[in-house]
Amino acid sequence: MDTFLSILNSVVSEAIAPDTAAVAIAVIGLNIHFGFTGLLNIGQAGYMLLGAYGMAISITHDIPLALAVLIGLVISLIFSLILGLPTLKLRGDYLAIVTISAAEIIRYTGRLAAFEDFTGGSQGIFGKSYQGPFISLSFLGDGSTTLLPLNYREAGGTGARIAGLLVALAALAAIVWVAKRMKSRGSDEPTVGTSATPKLLLAVLSVVMVLALFFSFPQSEPNTSVDGWWVRLVAWGLVGLSCLIVFLLVRSPWGRLLRGIREDEDAIRSLGKNVFAIKMQALIIGGMFGALGGMVYVLTGSVQADSMGRQLTFFAYTALLLGGAATIFGPVLGAIIFFSARILVREMSGAYVPNSIMSDQQTEQFSYIVVGIVLVLLVIFRPQGILGNKRELRFHV
Amino acid sequence: MKACPRPPGLRRRTTVVGALLGLLLAPLVLLVAGAGSAQASVATLCLAQPEQTACINGTVGNRTNPVEGVEVTLLGPDGAEIESQTTEADGKFSFQVEEAGEYAVLVDPETLPDDLEILEPAPRFQGPEGSILVQVRLGQTVAPDLDVRSVDYDAGGASFGDQIAQSIAQGLRLGLLLALASVGLSLIYGTTGLSNFAHAEQVTLGGMVAYGLVNVGGLNLWLGVVLTTLICAATGYLQDRGLWQPLRRRGLGLTQMMIVTIGLSLAAQYAFQFFVGASQQKVVVETFDVVEIGPVRLTEMSFVAMGISLLMIGLVGFVLLRTRIGQATRAVSDNPALAAASGIDVDKIIRLVWTAAAGLAGLGGVLYALVVSNGIRWDTGMQILLLLFAAVTLGGLGTAFGAFVGAIVIGLVVELAGPLGAPGDLKYAVALVILILLLMVRPQGLLGRAVRVG
Repeated sequence: MDTFLSILNSVVSEAIAPDTAAVAIAVIGLNIHFGFTGLLNIGQAGYMLLGAYGMAISITHDIPLALAVLIGLVISLIFSLILGLPTLKLRGDYLAIVTISAAEIIRYTGRLAAFEDFTGGSQGIFGKSYQGPFISLSFLGDGSTTLLPLNYREAGGTGARIAGLLVALAALAAIVWVAKRMKSRGSDEPTVGTSATPKLLLAVLSVVMVLALFFSFPQSEPNTSVDGWWVRLVAWGLVGLSCLIVFLLVRSPWGRLLRGIREDEDAIRSLGKNVFAIKMQALIIGGMFGALGGMVYVLTGSVQADSMGRQLTFFAYTALLLGGAATIFGPVLGAIIFFSARILVREMSGAYVPNSIMSDQQTEQFSYIVVGIVLVLLVIFRPQGILGNKRELRFHV
Repeated sequence: MKACPRPPGLRRRTTVVGALLGLLLAPLVLLVAGAGSAQASVATLCLAQPEQTACINGTVGNRTNPVEGVEVTLLGPDGAEIESQTTEADGKFSFQVEEAGEYAVLVDPETLPDDLEILEPAPRFQGPEGSILVQVRLGQTVAPDLDVRSVDYDAGGASFGDQIAQSIAQGLRLGLLLALASVGLSLIYGTTGLSNFAHAEQVTLGGMVAYGLVNVGGLNLWLGVVLTTLICAATGYLQDRGLWQPLRRRGLGLTQMMIVTIGLSLAAQYAFQFFVGASQQKVVVETFDVVEIGPVRLTEMSFVAMGISLLMIGLVGFVLLRTRIGQATRAVSDNPALAAASGIDVDKIIRLVWTAAAGLAGLGGVLYALVVSNGIRWDTGMQILLLLFAAVTLGGLGTAFGAFVGAIVIGLVVELAGPLGAPGDLKYAVALVILILLLMVRPQGLLGRAVRVG
């Protein structure tokens, strides 16, 4: 039971880690590019890196946090313009090749010894040199361990944890049940004025589930001066805010144009719309979410060029396709499931496969092999992901 | 893994895809036995466990020129000596620590070869007695930079003209090897429209199979090269047969197929690490003699590799231009529907292209491991993937000869960027910058035809 609980512990802590939230934000941006507009951006990690560098370097040069974040966003805007101007008029694969190349150029440049005073070279910028302003904003103090009477880092023993787990599972089951009810009713009668109760119920249940998981499994943010609660709160708050922004954007007339461009660019052009400008706007907005994700990504760690390489973009694509492209919550769900499932595979094979067959290192690699194969199978057998609508996804580039 | 309900008809496909992935990775299984024995001699690479341990891994020298037999010492936050390691042929050292803090890594200058010295780190990383400071956090791996340069570095050594000549020779070598892989990439793009991101893993696979056959299996080098090419070609054939053809029949979009290649590339990279390990492996143990022609110094093997590459590309060119199959391939590239209507078996041509492309990439991988990267690693192919794409795009997507020209240009640019002032890895970036600039003025590439899009 203890092995099982410790596996579950790693899985849950990965699922609610700030890093997962950060990638979720970047995936939300990617969703605007790829899911809604059909732009094949394979350089989202480059946007993240730019955002992270923009914020961290600004702060180390004594620029206030708010301005530093703004600088990161503006840099990503300029990057979008540079990438978009030559390629958005061309066929989709050119954008793909140019974005992936540009992301690599940024990574190589960040690692350069010549810019070591700014970027820290291949060692990167250490977290403590730019985390200060963020931590001082915290209204939770440095009390990272207790909230209410519950001790956050070491909540109870095995019994308490199992109870918490059961509560969480029950909440999850209830959510699925309510959602199914909502869906089936929706198909019976066209949804005109559905009552708000089920939605409210869903929200309450989600909160219960998250809290149960939060308190039943000890979390810590070791060896960083960043407060565990504070950074999680901000990270997931930003995820919620991003979802809201995307929701508002894509239900606007502008959002319908995006889908139109994805489905048939020529049709939109024949309506007299400036397709190039709309694509550029989508690239810029999605890129800003990428930069924001990059900033959150480095809050608990350091800015290191190699931590935001091509693989991170590929992970983002897997998360996006897993959750469902062109949906609002797909990216978030996808990111959470993707990261926690990888940890689950790793921990399970670490605990139950004997070392003679798979060493500790190999379990890590095995989990990535599984990730790659899952990506392949997803695209072939369920391209709409968990939440997506298959009819909507006929994207050709 | 998420289990999603599928209609029963699809279940068979799953097995097909699964079997396929197995086939793609099958040659690696050959290496497992060897990998076990090889890993025992190498210092185990540290892997950080979240919240428990942290790693300080690195290489003395750099990837292409690691330095052997150097004593590297880890000093704790209090300056006390914790552990010493002596680097092996791959120049690697790997420390595992269980507490976060500021550590220092010290290289014993006595054990360095006489003509080398460690590059001085930036001021804020300078520790006591010439050591290099590293900031360690649990669950993370840090890599202190221990690059070397020759002691007479400042004295210059070769004149500028000589350096340029040497770089041009190296550039041609790199270009010819890149061409081997990029011609195939371009042919696949031309006939199917697919940008194959897993092509780089086909290159790595070539090096890996050769390592298994020649180094571990003890086969004669040339026999090994031929066999490797054949095995890699077989993976291309099986891939098309089991994966790409069924997907084309299903009418899967090109974007989706491209993401499939991304997934395959990810799985393959970690499969290489899983079976062979994360360290660099040499295809042949002995070093090759160096030949000097004027200011140019290259190994004998380099000239052989360039010759083989020229020969193979010549062969591909001959087939494309002078044979019926080549004509059919060009017809499919131009317009698959029309080609099919005029009686060409499009599927057969595409399968041939996949087979040839995978074989050429494998051959390119062996030669690259022999003469350029001094061994093969799980990410060797990944490192040149973008150069391949740059070459293909530069020459014009889908044109085989364009890919050849593009590869030579990219090879020259990458090697010349160093002496002309681009430091370190930036030489790769220079190639990509040129690619982006070219796309602005001539998006169809050097040899491509202009097509109006949008």
